[in-house]
Amino acid sequence: MSVLKTDELVIDIPGRASGSALSLTLSPGEVWGVLGPNGVGKTTLLHTLAGLRTPRSGQVRLDGNLLADMGRRRIARHLGLVFQEHQDGFPATVLETALVGRHPWLSPWQMESASDLGRARDALERMDAVDLEHRLVHTLSGGERQRVSIATVLTQDPAIWLLDEPTNHLDLHHQVAVMKLLRELAGAGRGILMGLHDLNLAARWCDQVLLMFPDGRACWGPVREMLLPSVLESLYGQPLKATELDGCPVFIPV
Amino acid sequence: MIISDRRGALGVLVLLAMVAVAASLSVGSVPLHPGDVVSVLFGGGDELQRTLILDLRLPRTLSAFATGGLLAVAGALMQVLLRNPLADPYVLGLSGGAAIGALLAMLGGLAGWLVSGSAFAGAMLSTLLVFGLAHGSGSWTPARLLLTGVVVAAGWGAMITLLLATAPTSRLPGMLYWLMGDLSHAGSPWPALLVLVAVCALLFPLGRTLNVLARGHVQAAVLGVSVRPLEWLVYLLASLLTSVAVTTAGTVGFVGLVVPHMLRLLIGNDQRLILPACALGGGTLVLVADTVARVVIAPEQLPVGVITALMGVPTFLYLLYRSR
Repeated sequence: MSVLKTDELVIDIPGRASGSALSLTLSPGEVWGVLGPNGVGKTTLLHTLAGLRTPRSGQVRLDGNLLADMGRRRIARHLGLVFQEHQDGFPATVLETALVGRHPWLSPWQMESASDLGRARDALERMDAVDLEHRLVHTLSGGERQRVSIATVLTQDPAIWLLDEPTNHLDLHHQVAVMKLLRELAGAGRGILMGLHDLNLAARWCDQVLLMFPDGRACWGPVREMLLPSVLESLYGQPLKATELDGCPVFIPV
Repeated sequence: MIISDRRGALGVLVLLAMVAVAASLSVGSVPLHPGDVVSVLFGGGDELQRTLILDLRLPRTLSAFATGGLLAVAGALMQVLLRNPLADPYVLGLSGGAAIGALLAMLGGLAGWLVSGSAFAGAMLSTLLVFGLAHGSGSWTPARLLLTGVVVAAGWGAMITLLLATAPTSRLPGMLYWLMGDLSHAGSPWPALLVLVAVCALLFPLGRTLNVLARGHVQAAVLGVSVRPLEWLVYLLASLLTSVAVTTAGTVGFVGLVVPHMLRLLIGNDQRLILPACALGGGTLVLVADTVARVVIAPEQLPVGVITALMGVPTFLYLLYRSR
């Protein structure tokens, strides 16, 4: 179990004025959703939280340690990231792609063992992708590729999960399957933070949300207090209708 | 058509390399029986056979093998570094820098190791120039490095043409042979072989890390790879390998591009396997090419680069056509 904390964090988007400083704590068992219109910096935030980008100011701490002072390998044992874009330079099979998740856990001289392969297969099984095992990743459909990416992080098994639009390209069934998986991981003590575009998924599956406004302001809190139609309308600049279904708010753009 | 038994593939490559070495030592103006070759290598044979094999043919055989191995490993590294399957050891202007060094030395009437040394200096200068320029104000990306290298290479190309156009006719054949790759002036093979073995040994524990790097640098960073230091190391090693190869044999084209691809089509893209396989496969290809180059129109010799291309192009196209 790990805690990811930001102190007065301001993300760095070149040519853009600094937005609100973020002081968030992602605790074990929590599921956070990051909402905001296109280009507001959701991906930049996720990459900053993963230590891939330097913030303009402030810090990110993982279990009290400054992320900037930690080696990449140590970070990778605690924190995983599902990317929005996939760069597949060289041909690789689905199984090989899931298996790279074991990289941070193996020493340079170690070959992947049968147990590592087993973990990769379990992860693919979990993502309903085990039948694709021998396919080359660049021949997969968008949704299949997305499931394989999630399987890679499942194989990595970090305590902190960052996901950049995990439901991208997924059909309805797999969207729900991924959300169920993330809730289950949170139930097992993982901390989850994901960029999302679907308000209804956020309303149903997240505990906390962070709203990022186009002018750089941001606010965050429990999902029920944050997801108000008036706030969301100004967030997206889009009129919405809200209703309730089985005790859960539902938003429909109009 | 990925071979399932991947270790078996390395065994096959070792066997092919040994056959190529034996053939190269046996074939020539004085044909020798392979049995005599083996007995000389183990300390037997008569005076003439010993001189012929140990002093004349063996150094050239080993130089050819080392050159091919160096170029193929350098190509595999460059392709991973630039995440670009079209990258080859010369793409970043190394051969151009080396050629300018060598040609200037030849024009100045120098020969032997002075030409080689000058080529090595030119290659290293080009390496530093490209990396320094691509680094620019602090952010280099593979695309920027590649573009800088290609443009610098084009600049060297123009200078080479200028040197050739203005060179005295008597010096032209030597210069052209150097540009097309020529092993007849190769000196001691040991530095090149030593560099090849040392770099392969150094790279082995980095194999899995390079596999992750081949998936893209952000993905690699998230999976625990310190990307920047690793990229520096790979770039410097690839440059060193190429410089040593160019210094040994001039610019032998094509090996660094084609051998890694051929082997990837056959045995997949695990760097722990591909890098030693490239050392063996590249070495064998250049050795066979050089053997052909020195016997096909004997006593005249062809530039080895011509033969590597003539043999490699159809093989590569066939493999590419067969692959999924």
